[in-house]
Amino acid sequence: MNKAAIITLFALTFRLAAPLLLTALGALFSERSGVVNIALEGIMTIGAFFALVVTYATHNPWLGVIAAIAAGIVVSALHAVVSIKFKANQVVSGVAINILAAGLTAFLLNVFYGHGGQSPSIDLAWQLPRWFGFLKGIPVIGPIIGGHTPGVYIAFAMVPITWFILYKTPLGLRIRAVGEHPRAADTLGVNVYKIRYFGVIMSGVLGGFAGSIFTIGEGAAFLEGMIAGRGFIALAAMIFGNWLPVRTMLACLLFGFTSALQLVIQVMGITTIAPQILTTLPYILTILALAGFVGRSVGPAASGKAYDKEGN
Amino acid sequence: MTASKRYKEFLHQAWLSIRLPLTAIFFGLIVGALAMMWVGIQDGLSLSQILNLPLTAYRTLFNSVFGSFYGFGESLVFLVPLILTGLSITFAFRCGMFNVGAEGQYIVGLFSAAYVGFTFNGLPAWLQMITAIIAAAVGGGLWAAIVGWLKAKRGVHEVITTIMLNYIALHIYNFLVGSKEWFKADKFQGSHAINPAIKIPQIGLFSPSRAHWGIILALLAAIIVYIILWRTKTGFEVRAVGNSNEAARYAGISVAKNYIKAMLISGILAGLAGGIHLLGTQARAASMSAFTGFGADGIAIALIGQNHPLGVVLAAFLFAVMKRGAPLMQAQAGIAKEVVAIVQASIIFFVAADQMVKWIYKRRKKQVKEVASNE
Repeated sequence: MNKAAIITLFALTFRLAAPLLLTALGALFSERSGVVNIALEGIMTIGAFFALVVTYATHNPWLGVIAAIAAGIVVSALHAVVSIKFKANQVVSGVAINILAAGLTAFLLNVFYGHGGQSPSIDLAWQLPRWFGFLKGIPVIGPIIGGHTPGVYIAFAMVPITWFILYKTPLGLRIRAVGEHPRAADTLGVNVYKIRYFGVIMSGVLGGFAGSIFTIGEGAAFLEGMIAGRGFIALAAMIFGNWLPVRTMLACLLFGFTSALQLVIQVMGITTIAPQILTTLPYILTILALAGFVGRSVGPAASGKAYDKEGN
Repeated sequence: MTASKRYKEFLHQAWLSIRLPLTAIFFGLIVGALAMMWVGIQDGLSLSQILNLPLTAYRTLFNSVFGSFYGFGESLVFLVPLILTGLSITFAFRCGMFNVGAEGQYIVGLFSAAYVGFTFNGLPAWLQMITAIIAAAVGGGLWAAIVGWLKAKRGVHEVITTIMLNYIALHIYNFLVGSKEWFKADKFQGSHAINPAIKIPQIGLFSPSRAHWGIILALLAAIIVYIILWRTKTGFEVRAVGNSNEAARYAGISVAKNYIKAMLISGILAGLAGGIHLLGTQARAASMSAFTGFGADGIAIALIGQNHPLGVVLAAFLFAVMKRGAPLMQAQAGIAKEVVAIVQASIIFFVAADQMVKWIYKRRKKQVKEVASNE
């Protein structure tokens, strides 16, 4: 592999890891507060769709980002109400949201643009700007870290922010307490429901934003099925990262790297390793991590369990 | 208890178990109707046209299946895998496990059947067909048993492992049927053709639809699942673990063993769905750009069917009607076929949030009681 290919490989790693990282940090907030969120796939899909729709109509990508976040909030709020207030099985609610997101976006494609499958493309001038382009002048490192869409920098900036919120603020302490032992937190006067709503809605904010990267950041159109399991990979990264912000980031970089490697070796015509096999790597690693063969992943104790203030 | 009282009691019990799914289906159809009417408003239709849209759409859906033998036959094509994945998820649910992995087990089953179908062409056709079906069951079963084993021995939550295994199955499958050095056919996006002689025969009554006798296997599977769950020791243990694994452990039932056993059986059912669907309708194992959706549908079907084989068969039929009718709805009523996904998701929400439905009924009961106490 030559130098240019290696630089492309690492630049791609950052670009591909960013939406995973945003979504995985969202999952972290949700799971740490005790709500399992497999709806991330759907949240990303909805975010991607509405970012495109609004940017296409207004020619302003930042309005698109706001729309993506708003849509993410709405969908995650649905998940929150169903699984916190009505105490539905959180996995079932997630499955329903994923079905709904795929169906709704395909349905709205027909309503808005008169045909399914793919939206019209936005003008490249309406895409999100590239930031830190001046860094590209630095040899080797420059092209790797400079000139990405804002999502990349925001994603990595969110890692210390998430860490700070979770470990250095009263809110973070409450989130972790509610995820580990809601009854005890409740006894101490923490509003379990409110904290959980916050956690789930954070996953909507970050997941929706992550979705927008695909349609108005890296790409310029919405395609049915374009999220292609990335919501689940983000979830896997969070688990592989053992529900910890920094380790989650490392997991996202690793998973981003394997995706980047696939693209690079395909372009270079290397056939010694099949891309499909490389694709399975994140999933296999996650299972091994959970099983304790690679590190040991242990989630929040109360994750996935509905909380009932009145007992039961 | 007198006969009439017992009869009343039975009816009451039956009503209690079906009122939740029926309410959910009703509300799901209403949500779908609202979506259609919203489209009508966007298109600037008159009020009567707007009100007519959902009626036309649902009538098309109904007629697409009950309007002709052909249409009914086509719905049976979907019914077969839907019953089987629904049963698969039901069985795992009964043991307290959430099998989100029917999708992957389906793929493994489908590939296993195809492998037998294009490899062992020296066998007599009937033997090769049976071997292919058994291979589908074994493949799906073992793929799921990994999940049961990881849960039993390493305490790994099954939801995550099944999701991960779905993607592993999908990508490895595409690798195997997409690489020339493995099983890719020349000039086709998929594996070598399976021996046409081992395809499951079609049902003449519904020709020229693709309906095949695999439906008998699916219905048989529903009966067998019922018998296993409620008439055998295995089923008793599985349900005991599902009700409370602590209590089951105190009663001397091995929780670990039952997790593995339940996932194995669950996977066998999902694997059969893949194998039978392949042998009934496909000439080869075609490459897949995405999941078939039969696994996700199976989750909905198990929920709506209240984890009972009879309920599963009925709920699977509802989904088969929607799958068969959706494209026609688009062609004849001008409603994007994806509205069906909105209906399905809404139904799942309403079933999942059963507290909501119970809450509605509880309030009604309370009012009745208050009236009674006032008298």
